[in-house]
Amino acid sequence: MSHTILSWAMVFAQICLVLAMALAALRMARGPRAQDRVLALDTLYVNSMLLLMVFGIRTGKVIYFEASLVIGMLGFVATVALAKFLMRGEVIE
Amino acid sequence: MSSIEHAADLPAWAALAVAFFLVVGAGLTLIGTIGFVRLPTFYERIHAPTLGTSWGTGGVVMASMIFFTVLSTRPVVHEILIGIFVTVTTPVTLMLLARATLHRDRAEGNPDVPGEAPAQVLVEDGAATKAD
Amino acid sequence: MLPYPLLSASLVVMWLALNGFTLGHLILGSVVAVFASWGMASLRPAKPRMPKWYLLPKLVGIVLYDIVRSNIAVASILVAGRGRRFRSGFITVPLDLQNPTALAVLAVVVTSTPGTAWLEYNSLSRTVLIHVLDLVDEAEWQALIKGRYEALLMEIFE
Repeated sequence: MSHTILSWAMVFAQICLVLAMALAALRMARGPRAQDRVLALDTLYVNSMLLLMVFGIRTGKVIYFEASLVIGMLGFVATVALAKFLMRGEVIE
Repeated sequence: MSSIEHAADLPAWAALAVAFFLVVGAGLTLIGTIGFVRLPTFYERIHAPTLGTSWGTGGVVMASMIFFTVLSTRPVVHEILIGIFVTVTTPVTLMLLARATLHRDRAEGNPDVPGEAPAQVLVEDGAATKAD
Repeated sequence: MLPYPLLSASLVVMWLALNGFTLGHLILGSVVAVFASWGMASLRPAKPRMPKWYLLPKLVGIVLYDIVRSNIAVASILVAGRGRRFRSGFITVPLDLQNPTALAVLAVVVTSTPGTAWLEYNSLSRTVLIHVLDLVDEAEWQALIKGRYEALLMEIFE
C-alpha cells in the first residue's frame, strides 16, 4: 500500500517538475527582456536538477545525482556569466 | 503502475515520508514557476523561483536522504553537496541579476525604479529614519 | 606547504566520499587538495572572525523557521493569484552592520527567504535596497530585518 503511494508520489513529482520546466521555457520564450530570459534559464536549470534527482531515487543509480551536481554547477556559472554580461550595459536589444 | 524494485525493503513509514517530501518539494517548485509566468514585473518575478530553490530543493533532497539512508545502499554525500550548493549559489545569481536589472532600468530612466541617490543625501535620510 | 589545512582536509574527505576509498583516489585527492589550497592562498581572502560562533545554530534555526513560514505565505499569494491583491515595492533599510562577512550572510538570508530580495548595498550611505513581494507596512519590514537578523549578526561577528 505505502509502496503504491510512493510510486504515485514519484510520478506526481515528475509531472510537476516537467510542467515547471515547460512553464520556465514559456517565460524564456516570452521574455520580455533579457533578464527575464536569464532568470528563466536559471529556473530551468534548477528544475532539471530536481527532476534528475527524482530519477535517481526512482532508479537508485548514483549517476543521476552526479549529473544533477554537474548541471547545478554549469547552471550557476552560466547564469553568473550572463548576469555579468547584462551588467556591462552594452547589450543592445 | 510499476512498483520500484530496489525499494522492496523500504518500511512503510519511510515510504510515506519520502512520498510526502517529494510531493511537497515538487508541488512548491511548480507553484513557484506558475507564479514566475503570471507575475507582471521582473522585480516581482524574481521572488517566484526561490520557492523551488528553498523548499523545492529541500524537499527532494530530504526525500532522497531518507530513501537511501533507510535502505543503506550508499552514503548520501551527493544530496548534502547539492543542498549546500543550491543554498549558496541561488542568492548570488539572484543578486547579480537584480543588480544588472537595476543598472539597465536606471540607464533607461525607468520611472518605477528607485534612482541612485547621491550618498550624502542618503546618509541624512538614513539618520532621519533611525531617529524616527 | 599547506596554507589552509582545514580546507585541504575537507577536500580530501569530500573526494574520497564521492569517488570511493582507494589508495589511488587518496593520492589524487591529496594532490588536488594541495593545489586548491595554494590557489586559495593566492587569492588572499580576508579571514572571517566569529567571536561568538556558538550563536550560529540559533541564526540557522531562525532562518529555517522563517523560510518555511514565508514559503507558505508566498505560495498562498501565488495560488490566490489575481483574486487577492497584493502590493510589492522597494524599501530602503539603513544598516549598522559593517563586517563584510556579516553583510554577505545577511544578503544570503534575505535573498533565500522567499518574498524578499536583496538588490543593492550602498557602502557609502550604508543602506540596502530590498524588494518585498507583499509589502503591507514598510516600517514593519525594516524593524524585522534590523531586529531579527541584524542584531543577531552583530552579536556574532562584532
